[in-house]
Amino acid sequence: MKEYKTITQIAGPLVFVSDVSGVGYNEMVEVLLPTGEKRMGQVLESAKGLAVIQIFGPTDGINTTGTRVRFLGETMRLGVSTDMLGRSFDGLGRPRDGKPPVTAEKRIDINGAALNPFMRDTPSDFIQTGISTIDGLNTLVRGQKLPIFTASGLPHSQLAVQIARQARTVSKQKEPFAVVFAAVGITHEESSFFMREFQNSGALERAVLFLNLADDPSVERIITPRLALTTAEYLAYEKDMHVLVIITDMTNYCEALREIAAAREEVPGRRGYPGYMYTDLSNIYERAGRVKGKKGTVTQLGILTMPGDDITHPIPDLTGYITEGQIVLGRDLHRKNIYPPVDVLPCLSRLMNLGIGKERTREDHRGIADQLYAAYATGRDLRSLAAVVGQEALSETDRQYLSFADSFEQRFIKQGHNDDRTIEQTLDLGWELLTVLPESELKRVKKEHIEKYGRKFRHKKEEKKETETPAAPAQ
Amino acid sequence: MGKLIRISGPVVEAEAMSGSAMYDVVKVGKEGLMGEIIKIVGDRAIIQVYEDTAGLQPGEPVDGTGLPLSVELGPGLLTSIYDGIQRPLEAIAEKTGSLFLPRGVSVPPLDRAKKWDFKAVMKGGDKVKRGDVLGTVQETDLILHKVLAPRDGIVKSVKSGKFTIDDTVAVIESAGKSHPLTMVVRQPVRKARQCAEKLDPTIPLITGQRVVDMFFPIAKGGTCAIPGPFGSGKTVTQHQFAKWSDTQIVVYIGCGERGNEMTDVLTEFPHLVDPKSGKPLMQRTILIANTSNMPVAAREASIYTGITIAEYYRDMGYDVALMADSTSRWAEAMREIGGRLEEMPGEEGYPAYLARRLAEFYERAGRVRTLGSDERYGSITIIGAVSPPGGDINEPVSQNTLRVTKVYLALEASLAQRRHFPAFNWLRSYSLYTDTLDKWYTQNISADWTKLRAESMALLQKEAELQEIVQLVGPDALPEKEQLVLATTRSLREDFLQQSAFHEIDTYSSMRKQYLMLRNILAVHARATAALDMGLQLKRVLAMPIREKVGRMKEVSEANLVQLEHMQGDIDKAFDEVARQ
Repeated sequence: MKEYKTITQIAGPLVFVSDVSGVGYNEMVEVLLPTGEKRMGQVLESAKGLAVIQIFGPTDGINTTGTRVRFLGETMRLGVSTDMLGRSFDGLGRPRDGKPPVTAEKRIDINGAALNPFMRDTPSDFIQTGISTIDGLNTLVRGQKLPIFTASGLPHSQLAVQIARQARTVSKQKEPFAVVFAAVGITHEESSFFMREFQNSGALERAVLFLNLADDPSVERIITPRLALTTAEYLAYEKDMHVLVIITDMTNYCEALREIAAAREEVPGRRGYPGYMYTDLSNIYERAGRVKGKKGTVTQLGILTMPGDDITHPIPDLTGYITEGQIVLGRDLHRKNIYPPVDVLPCLSRLMNLGIGKERTREDHRGIADQLYAAYATGRDLRSLAAVVGQEALSETDRQYLSFADSFEQRFIKQGHNDDRTIEQTLDLGWELLTVLPESELKRVKKEHIEKYGRKFRHKKEEKKETETPAAPAQ
Repeated sequence: MGKLIRISGPVVEAEAMSGSAMYDVVKVGKEGLMGEIIKIVGDRAIIQVYEDTAGLQPGEPVDGTGLPLSVELGPGLLTSIYDGIQRPLEAIAEKTGSLFLPRGVSVPPLDRAKKWDFKAVMKGGDKVKRGDVLGTVQETDLILHKVLAPRDGIVKSVKSGKFTIDDTVAVIESAGKSHPLTMVVRQPVRKARQCAEKLDPTIPLITGQRVVDMFFPIAKGGTCAIPGPFGSGKTVTQHQFAKWSDTQIVVYIGCGERGNEMTDVLTEFPHLVDPKSGKPLMQRTILIANTSNMPVAAREASIYTGITIAEYYRDMGYDVALMADSTSRWAEAMREIGGRLEEMPGEEGYPAYLARRLAEFYERAGRVRTLGSDERYGSITIIGAVSPPGGDINEPVSQNTLRVTKVYLALEASLAQRRHFPAFNWLRSYSLYTDTLDKWYTQNISADWTKLRAESMALLQKEAELQEIVQLVGPDALPEKEQLVLATTRSLREDFLQQSAFHEIDTYSSMRKQYLMLRNILAVHARATAALDMGLQLKRVLAMPIREKVGRMKEVSEANLVQLEHMQGDIDKAFDEVARQ
C-alpha cells in the first residue's frame, strides 16, 4: 500500500497529490488527517507524478504538511450479503443503525460493468401498483426504470411509498422481493417519513437503506445511488429476488455532479452541468432490467424534482431521454386537491406494451388507454376554449368532452392513499367514464371490445336515466 | 511501444509514441484495451479508449497496431448484434459466460469456424474488374451474399465448395503478382467505400406508414431527420421503418440509447415476418447496440461502423436502410471527448467540426451505380433520429442535420400527449423528394395521387387558420361549410394520419390502401360540400352512418382492400339517398 505526504493543492472537494507513482485511475484513497481522522476519496485523474483526488466529505482540516494519503490499489467496492436486508447504511455504505458491519459474502465494484445488451431479456411482467393512472395508462413492468418527475411541495414521497407498498404482480406464486432505498441529499424529515412508512407496512425487514441526508457531504451523493444499485444487482441476479430500487432525489445527485465539475474547472455544458451528465446518468439508470437465465429483476423508481417545475431543465430532460418513460406530477391537480396529482398527458411508459394485453392484463387495455388519453386531451383543450367563448357556444359533443375531463380527474386520477385498485377495476372505471361520450366518438377502441366491456356500463347508465327521469320535473 | 502518462476518463495520454499515425488503433495498458489516437503532440499521443479505463496506471504500455479503425466484412454479418466497434455481443456472452461486458475481451466479429457454401460465378482465366462478383454465398434465406473482387486482373483460379471465411477461394493475378482472396475484407470505417457513380434518388422508400409515404416521402438513397423530444415516438418510428421498409437490408444503430429497447428489437425481430418473403425479418437485419452506459468512445465509432457495413451491402447491389438512433448521442460523444481534449468549443460546447462530421455522415447515403462491370445499383437511405434538449430544435445538432437532410419529420410532444401517433406535425414536416418521386407515384399507384395529396394538405392548412378563429369565437360561429372543413380534417387526422404501430393490421398500410383511404375521405368531403350547397343541414351530414364506416377503414386488412374500392360507391349511394329525402 502506497502512502504519500505530498499534497500540493486543495480546491473544493479536490486534493492534488504530487510525486506519486503507480496510481490507478478511479482507485480508492484514504486520507489521514493530522487529527487522526480518516476520510475516503477516489482518484479522478492519474498522471505521471500527479494524482487528483475527490474527497467524499468536507476538506476542512486537510493540510499540505501533516496529511497523509494512502492509495488502496482498487476501485470502490461494496461488501454485499443478504444480511443487509433490514439494515440501514450511510451514503458510503457504513452502518448507520449502530449495529456491526455485515459480513460480506462478496465484494463488488460499485461502478458495475455495462450489461451485455444480448444478455438482457425483455421485461414483460406487469406490476400492479393499484394506482389507476399508472396501471391503466402508464403501466410499469418488472425491469423498467420509471422515474417520477415532481416539483417542490408535491406529494411524491407519499406516491412512492404507496407504490412500494402496493406493488405486486398478478401471478399467484409468491416470489421473493426486496426494496432498496437510496436517500440522496434529502432532509431528515423526509427520510424519517420513508422509514416510518416502511416500518408500518412491514417492508422494512425486506429493505436495505442507504441514507445520505441533506447535511451529509454532497460528494458522497455520487456514490450513494451506485451502492444501492450494486446491492440491488446482487440481490436480483445472485439471490433471485425482485428488487424495487427507490432513489430520491436525483436532482441532488446532479447538483453534486455539477459541484465536482466546477471544482475541476471543466468546460461546462448546459446550465453549468457537465457535458458528460447524460453518460453519467445512464450509468445509473441503465442498471435496471431483466437478464437471461436469472429469476430476479431490478426495477428503478427514481424521484427527481424539476427545478422551477420546468420539464425542459437539463436534469429532467436528460433523464427522460434515458429512462423508459416518466410519471409527471402536476401542481394544478394538486391545487384541486387531487391525489395522486398525476398529470397524465406528459406521462409515458415505454414498456407498457410489453406488459399489457391478453393473458397479461386484458385485451382491451391498449385501446382503452389510448381512448382515455385522447378524450382527456380533447377535454382539456376545450376547457381553455370554453373559458373564452363560454360553454354555450360549444357543441353538444364538446360539452360531453368537458364533463368527461372533469369526471376523469375526480374519479380516475383521484384515489385515496390506501386505495388499491385492481387492474380490472381500473379498466372498468375507464369504460364507465367513457359512457359520457357517444359511442361513435370511441374510435381508439375496437368495436368488439365496446360490445364486450363497454356496453354493460352504457346499459346501466340508460337504466339509471330512466329511473331518474320521473324525478326531474319535481325539481 | 509507448507508455501511459495520464488517465482521465475515456481519454488517456501516452508518450514515446513517435511513428504512430492519426486514427491508428492502439492497445492500451496490460489488459490491451482498444483505443484510437485522436491527437498527436510531439511524441505524445492522445488516445480515446473504447473500454472503461478504471484502474489504468501511468507507466502501463501502449502498443500501436499501425492500422486505422476497421470493420470486418464478409458472410455472417446478417442477424448479428455488435457493439460500436463491431465486437459480437452474442459471442462475447458465450465466451465469457457473464451478464456484463468485461474489459479487454477480444472476439473476432465474424464466425471463424462456420463453413459457407461458396459458389463461383467466374472461372479461371476470366478478366476481372474491381467490384465484379467472383462468387456467391447464401448468407440467409433472404440474402445472397456476393463476394466482390477487390482489384482488377485475371482470375487465376476460383473454386466452389464449403469454406470458412479465412480459406482462400480465389486467386487473382494483377501486375504480375498473385493475390489469394478469402471471403472476408477489412475496411477502415472513417472513409466512404468507393462507388462508380452517384445517382439521383427517383424511387420512394415504402415504409407502410401513411403520413410518411403519402405526405412526406423518403427516397431510396435519401436522407431523413426525425427530431423530437423524449416520448414523442422517435424510437417507435425507427422500429416501424426497420420492420416495414421495402429495402433488402436494414442496419439499425442503437447509439447511446436504452438497453431494454435494443432487447425489444432483438426479441421481436426474429418473430416478425417479412410481408413479401415470409421469412423472419432478422435475416436481413444487422444491429449495432452501443447503449448509453457503454463506453462513450465506442458510441462515437458506432455510427461509422454501421454505415461502413451498409456500404458493403450496397456495393453488392442491395437497397439498404440505415437507422441511427440517436445522432444526438453521437454528437454528445464527440462533445464529451472534445471536452476532455480541452478543445476550443463551438456552439453549446459541441466541437467546431460537428457540422462537418454530420454532413460527411449523411453524404454517405445515396443511390449509386457500384463498381464492377455488371451494372449493379444499390442504395443507402439514412434515417437519423435527433434528440434535441427540451424538444427545441434551435440547437446545433438539429440545425446542422436539417441543413443536409432532405426529409424532416417533425415530432411534436403535444401530439404525442394526446396519443396522436405517429406524432409528426403535418404542417411543419417536409420532404424535398415529392417532386422527383411524383412520376413514380403517377405511374405505379394512381394518376391522381399528387392531386389527393395537394387537396388534403390544403384542407389541413385551412384547418389551422380556422382553428385560430375558433379559439376566439367558438366553432358554432363559423359558416357550415367551414365547419365541414373542420369535420373533414378531423377525419384526415384521426382516420388517416394516425396509425397505430401496435395494431396488427394498422401497423402497415400498402400504398394501394393508403391511396384508397385518402380517396374515400376526400370523396365524402366532396359529396358533403355539394350536399350543403343544395341546402342540406350540416347536422344531417355529420350524422350519416357512412362517416363511421370511413372512420374504420384502417382496420380493413390488406386482403380485403376490395371493400375500400367499393366504398366510393357506398358513399355515393348514401349521399344520393339523403339528397332524395
